[in-house]
Amino acid sequence: MFKKDRWIEILEALNANKVRTLLTAFGVFWGIMILVLLLALTNGLRNGVTADFGNFATNSMFMWTQGTSKAYKGLPKSRRFNYKIDDVAAIKAEVPELKYVSPRNQLGGYQGANNVIRGTKTGAFQIYGDYPEFIKQKPMDILQGRFLNYSDINEKRKICVIGPDVVAGLYDKNEDIIGSYIKINGVNFMVVGTFKITNSQGDTEEEANTIFIPFTTFNQAFNYGDIVGWMAITADDKISITSVKERIFALLKNRHTIHPEDVRAIGHFDLSEEFGRISGLFKILAFVGYFVGALVLMSGIIGINNIMLIVVKERTKEIGVRRALGATPIAIQGQILQESLILTIVSGMTGISFAALVIWGMNTLLDSVGPVENFANPSVSMQVVFTALIILVASGLLAGLIPAIRATKMKPVDALRIE
Amino acid sequence: MIQIKDLHKSYHMGSNSLHVLKGINFNVKEGELVSIMGSSGSGKSTLLNILGMLDEADEGEYILDGVPIKNLNEKTAARYRNEFLGFIFQSFNLINYKSATENVALPLYYKGIPRKERIAKAEHYLEKVGLKEWSHHLPSELSGGQKQRVAIARALASEPKVLLADEPTGALDTKTSYGVLELIQEINDEGKTILIVTHEDDIAHMTKRIVNLKDGVIINDSIVEQVRANQYV
Repeated sequence: MFKKDRWIEILEALNANKVRTLLTAFGVFWGIMILVLLLALTNGLRNGVTADFGNFATNSMFMWTQGTSKAYKGLPKSRRFNYKIDDVAAIKAEVPELKYVSPRNQLGGYQGANNVIRGTKTGAFQIYGDYPEFIKQKPMDILQGRFLNYSDINEKRKICVIGPDVVAGLYDKNEDIIGSYIKINGVNFMVVGTFKITNSQGDTEEEANTIFIPFTTFNQAFNYGDIVGWMAITADDKISITSVKERIFALLKNRHTIHPEDVRAIGHFDLSEEFGRISGLFKILAFVGYFVGALVLMSGIIGINNIMLIVVKERTKEIGVRRALGATPIAIQGQILQESLILTIVSGMTGISFAALVIWGMNTLLDSVGPVENFANPSVSMQVVFTALIILVASGLLAGLIPAIRATKMKPVDALRIE
Repeated sequence: MIQIKDLHKSYHMGSNSLHVLKGINFNVKEGELVSIMGSSGSGKSTLLNILGMLDEADEGEYILDGVPIKNLNEKTAARYRNEFLGFIFQSFNLINYKSATENVALPLYYKGIPRKERIAKAEHYLEKVGLKEWSHHLPSELSGGQKQRVAIARALASEPKVLLADEPTGALDTKTSYGVLELIQEINDEGKTILIVTHEDDIAHMTKRIVNLKDGVIINDSIVEQVRANQYV
C-alpha cells in the first residue's frame, strides 16, 4: 500500500492545489497545537501550584492547639492547653500506621526582632526545635556538615543547622561555618551544618532564614519544659493521613480532658486533603484541556473531511478517467484515504512540533525571569504526544472514509460525462 | 474480436423510460477499423460505453476476444478495461497535473508495472505519436492535436486488444483532425482493432467500415473504400 508510486501519486494530487492543501492542513495543525498547548499549560499550572506545597511529604498534617469550645468534666470552656512530649509516644503507640510524628517548637519569627548574635553581627531568624525525622518530612539539601541526629536529642547538645540567609547574615565570605558558634537568645550553639531547601515557592525567603536545633535542647535552653508547640505527622505510604487523623484527635482529647465533640480544641491542616483537592481540580482541568482541544481538533478534521469531499467532487471526472484506464475501486479509495491520512498526519506533526517550540519558548522565558507564582515548567509527556498521534491517525482515516466511498459510488460512465 | 447479439439498453429517469438500444447485432473482426455513425440520440455513445464496460447492457450478449462480458463486478471490469481496452475521448481527458509521460504511464501504473519500465514504455509510445520532445510538458502546454496524440499514446500504452475512440476529432479543427486520423490509420495498419464513434462523414470515410445507427438500431453496415488521411495533410 505504501509504495513509492503511490506516494508520488498522492504528492502530485496534493500539490495540484497548494493553497487549498495548506489551508486545510492549517485546521488540523491549529487543532492539535491548541490541544497540546492546553495540556502543557494545565501541566504548568499544576506544577506551579504543587510547588507551593514545597515538597513537604503530602501524606501529612500539621496539628496545633486552640482554646476549647466546650466545658467538660468540670473544666471551663475557652481553656488553653498544650501538647506534651508524652503525647508523641502515646500517638505512636496508639496509631501504628504513622510513619513520622515530629514534635516541633518555634522561637522568634520571620521578620521579627533580632534574636541571633555572632560577634558584631545580628539577625532575626526563626528557630525551630526539631527531631531528626523532620528532614524526611520536609526534604532539604545539606550543603555542609550534617542535620540533627538522635545523639543530639538524647544528650541535648547545643548545636544548630542553619539556612543560607543565616549564613549570609552572620558570616563573611569564605569564613569557616562548621564549628563556629552563634548566640541564640543568649545561648551559644555550635553550627554543625548548613542546608538549603530547593524546589520551594513562596516560602523560599522564610525557609532560608531558618535555624534548626534539637528539640530537647530547645525545650531546656528556652524553658519550654515538656511542652510541644505543634506536630508534623506523616502516615505510612499506603494509608491516607485523612483516614487516621480522627483517631489521633480522639486520643489527644482523652489525654487532655477535652469534650469528645469539641471540634475547635485541636487545630490542624491536612496537607493530603488539600493536595487531593488540588489534584482533583487539576484532573478536571486536564479533562477540560483534552475536551476543548479535541473539539478544536475535530473542527480541523471536519475541515479535512469537507475538503476531501470537494476534492472528490472536483475530481469526479479524473476518477472516471482513472477507472476507464483500469483503476479498481480499491485503488481509488486507497488513494483518497491515504491523501487524507497524510494531510492529517503531516499537519498534525507540524502542529505538535510547533506547540513544542512554543512550550520551549515559555520555559526559556520562565527560566530567564525566575519563578512565577502558580506557574512552572509547562510540559507534556510523551504519552500525550502519542495519544495525539493516535487521535490524528484515527481521525485522518475517518475524515477520508466518506469521501473515499463517495468517490467510487458513481458509475464510471456517469463520472466521465461530468464536465 | 467483438461479438454482440441482440443488445438492449434503456435509461430510466423518474417515471420515464428511454429505450436507447433496441437490439444491436454486430461483429468486429481483428484488425478492423470501424466507424459508428449516427445523429445525436441515436445510441452510438451508449453502444461505445457498453463496449468499453463503462456501462452495462440490460439484455443481450457481448463477447470480447472470447470472454463473455456479463455481470462484472467493478474490480473485474477495471481489470478487463485495463487489459483489453484503450480509450480515446473527445475532450482528451488527460490529467492536468501530470506530464505527458506520466499521463501515458497511468494505465501501466494500474497494471502494476514498475516505474522505470513504465516510463520507458510511455516514452516509447510518445515517440510513436511524434511527441518525444514534449514528454515533460503538462497538458496545458500542449495544443489540442498534441493532447489527443498523448491520449492516443496513453490508450496504446497498455497494449489493449481494441481501441475505442469517442468522437476523437470532435474538439479539433479539420487539419488537426486529419493528422489524428492519419495516426489512427497507421496504428490500424499495424493490426490493431479500432472503433470510432463520429458524426463527421469525412472522418467516417477514412475508416474501412461504416455502421450507421438510427434510433437504437443499425440501419446500415457497409465496407467502404478507405480514404487515406495523409493525402490531405
